[in-house]
Amino acid sequence: MKRLIFLAPIVLFGAMFVAFAFGLDRDPSKLPSTLIDRPLPTFDLPPVRAGDVGLKTTDVSGQPRLLNVFASWCVSCRIEHPVLLELKARGVPIDGLDWKDEAAAGRKYLTEQGDPYRMAGNDQSGRAGIDLGVAGVPETFLIDAHGRVRYKHIGPISPDDWTNTIKPLMDKLRAAG
Amino acid sequence: MKRALMKRLFPALLIAAALAGPARAVLPSEQLTDPKLEARARKVGAELRCLVCQNQSIDDSDASLAGDLRVILRERIKAGDTDQQAKQYIVERYGHYVLLTPPFEGQTLLLWLGPALVLVGGGIWVARMTLKRSAPPESTPALTPEEQDRLARRLESESVT
Repeated sequence: MKRLIFLAPIVLFGAMFVAFAFGLDRDPSKLPSTLIDRPLPTFDLPPVRAGDVGLKTTDVSGQPRLLNVFASWCVSCRIEHPVLLELKARGVPIDGLDWKDEAAAGRKYLTEQGDPYRMAGNDQSGRAGIDLGVAGVPETFLIDAHGRVRYKHIGPISPDDWTNTIKPLMDKLRAAG
Repeated sequence: MKRALMKRLFPALLIAAALAGPARAVLPSEQLTDPKLEARARKVGAELRCLVCQNQSIDDSDASLAGDLRVILRERIKAGDTDQQAKQYIVERYGHYVLLTPPFEGQTLLLWLGPALVLVGGGIWVARMTLKRSAPPESTPALTPEEQDRLARRLESESVT
């Protein structure tokens, strides 16, 4: 029994080793959103597309939707883009927020890469994004039928993220009405 | 002559080095005209973490988001917010993570009290170990008369040679 106390530092080391090894796997840029279960902050953004309506907080459509924050200068948005186009083809409503970008650049980006958005607003000053707690692009919010934020995805959405995480949440929100 | 110059130059250089502050990223265009308000903005900005370069404050970071947050901070302070309210404005958007000094609350108890716990726990352990070691050895049984006799004889024989 007395011998066992000398094992304590080794056991402690082992426990810390395991904890830190798991910690290495965590991405420090993935911060929890302060907006979860709270209504979207108010914004009223000019359109990205010519002759369009832009994007307003009050455009609550009565159905769950995605709000995707993107920018023409963002490299990983280009990786995510085909996934968004595929989701649009499947009938998922996606709104776009063009963050810290010129509307003309955003428009060119959508023309070249394809346009997955139902509505798209330009946030040149970045203020609407900051109100949403955006730290980088892309970020995607899952908004419920009442306009509340229910989930935030940081980084590009992969097909796996959609199938395993976002789609089940969205289905649940749809079922709840 | 040269030595005398060095003797004077060296302290002067030391003082200059001590006075030179770290370079800040705050741009002249962002600064408030009122030096008092600007000083407050600097103080609050140094306490807020940049979301892009996560180990820098927004005052130190060149990231464009940090610049936006510095401008917002100055707007809040100019609008009459207290330092605490201005800080809260950013915390509401980005969470407690942006505070370089985390608040003392349930979730951070281990973070704040952990070092003290380790110190006290380790101190108790070390104290117990040292007390045990310095305790006097248990008294050995006295020599039997026969042993005393042998010892005396040996001592005698050695002192002769």
